[in-house]
Amino acid sequence: MSGSDTIDNPERRNFLGKITTVAGVTGAAAACWPFVNSMNPSSDVLAKATTEVDLSNIPPGGEHSVAWQGKPVFVVHRTPEQIKNAESSNGSIDPEADSKRVLKPEWLVVVGICTHLGCVPNRDPEGGWLCPCHGSMYDASGRVIRGPAPKNLEVPTYSFVSDNKILIGKA
Amino acid sequence: MFNRMISWIDQRFPLTSFVKHDLTGYPTPRNLSYWWNFGFLAGFVLVLQLATGIFLAMHYKADSGMAFDSIQHIMRDVNYGWLLRYLHATGASAFFVVVYVHMARTLYYGSYRKPRELLWWTGQGLLLLLMAISFMGYLLPWGQMSYWGAAVITNLFRATPFIGDQVVIWLRGDYGVGDATLTRFFALHYLFPFIIVGGVVIHLIALHTVKSSNPSGINLADKDNIPFHPYFTIKDMFGLGVYLLVFFVFVFFFPNAFIEAANNIPANPMQTPPHIVPEWYFLPFYAILRSVPDLIGGVVAMGLSVMIFAAMPYMDRSRIPGGAHYRPLYRLQFYIFIIAIFVLGYVGSQPVTDNIVLLGRGATLVYFACFLFLPIISKVEERMLLKRGLPPAVRAMVEGEKA
Ligand code: FES
Repeated sequence: MSGSDTIDNPERRNFLGKITTVAGVTGAAAACWPFVNSMNPSSDVLAKATTEVDLSNIPPGGEHSVAWQGKPVFVVHRTPEQIKNAESSNGSIDPEADSKRVLKPEWLVVVGICTHLGCVPNRDPEGGWLCPCHGSMYDASGRVIRGPAPKNLEVPTYSFVSDNKILIGKA
Repeated sequence: MFNRMISWIDQRFPLTSFVKHDLTGYPTPRNLSYWWNFGFLAGFVLVLQLATGIFLAMHYKADSGMAFDSIQHIMRDVNYGWLLRYLHATGASAFFVVVYVHMARTLYYGSYRKPRELLWWTGQGLLLLLMAISFMGYLLPWGQMSYWGAAVITNLFRATPFIGDQVVIWLRGDYGVGDATLTRFFALHYLFPFIIVGGVVIHLIALHTVKSSNPSGINLADKDNIPFHPYFTIKDMFGLGVYLLVFFVFVFFFPNAFIEAANNIPANPMQTPPHIVPEWYFLPFYAILRSVPDLIGGVVAMGLSVMIFAAMPYMDRSRIPGGAHYRPLYRLQFYIFIIAIFVLGYVGSQPVTDNIVLLGRGATLVYFACFLFLPIISKVEERMLLKRGLPPAVRAMVEGEKA
């Protein structure tokens, strides 16, 4: 400090001022992170990330909905006819082969949440689903065949732990 | 004694001058009609919502296992709980009625025009807050409509570029709407009203800087302004009386008019009700959302339909002073706009069929056309009115204000 009121090195003063501003803003932004992140799913919510389903009491043509991560998942035991139907086309709005959507053709597992705005579609006796909210339609493979839904019903990651049991949420 | 107390305060805080300047003596145009009552009414409803809300919060439990039952507890066991709840639920609808009329008045009389742009924009901010609050409050009873309304609306944030899915999960604190969602909505539903109070203070400071507009659209000479008290306190009180008559008819005789029947069923994440509708005050915007056949497009259109009001001061390029009363084309447009809103409201309340979709698209186009063509229409209208001849004083005013 020179002790006088004149600034002898304004550039240096400017630079220090800018550095302080940048450091301050960065610090303030970093301090926000814990608050923002606290709003993400907590550990106990994450812990419910898998669900086991016993398939032995779902008859052919039957549908079971189970809760996985608080969302409904449809587990469908498809009849040979429904399988044939599903395999005969690739869907129109979001084309995808049926074989890509199942592990075993008799079992279709899809998240029961309409890809439009998240309502739960109702089972249609033909073998597909109809969304009550804005009228989207899905076929026997869970593929969208009428909008406004943009995408097919999501297939969650799941695996067969035995012939009669699947574990949803883990491949 | 009292006078000594006041003067003691006045030496330390501008109490008397504040009361005189901004409350009793505030110069108010003497030609204000009853359409100018709705700002005061909105303030009244805000206070009533705060009061009933705070007392309801003393009995409500923000837990997905207990929320629905705690509403029943309030309705059956809490002394006057039914009254608090019906006041609060009806008050929410009343708030929107009052605010929408307040906005319609602003549009009709051109009160958004220079120098009241900031007044209009702070009002726009208040509207957004009000919408957020009512949306979050609607989840709290944890009924089927509450649940699925929140599910659909939080899902709209999927339209966020790149991180849409994460944003939705972050907002909910869970993969679906769940306990975490309910608790945070309650916390924010309690907080935001106080932000509104702060916003109202800013709104009023802006108002007292530019002063109230009036039906003539011309700033009056000092001699045509009269003190707020007693002339407008009495007028506001009379309006309040009429308002309360209507309000209490709903509170006491039709308290369920604004509560969907499906909301008396506890929330069930596994089953969507057959026909979900938002609250009536969101219907027009909901109809716009549904009219666009694409998720992102729909969300953008809906956001725009709310935010586009902010552009009014720049869209309206006419130099003719005064509101729609003196501007035939603008007046026609105003009424077309109001009709479009009502049509959209009807469309939003109906299940989707081909005809409804068509009607909704038509009304959406009209809604936006009213804004987009305004710059042209207001210019054409100005030329037309100038040609037809204006009173010399008004003419001087128009020419004084170079475009
Ligand atoms: S949520 Fe299913 S069609 Fe909109």
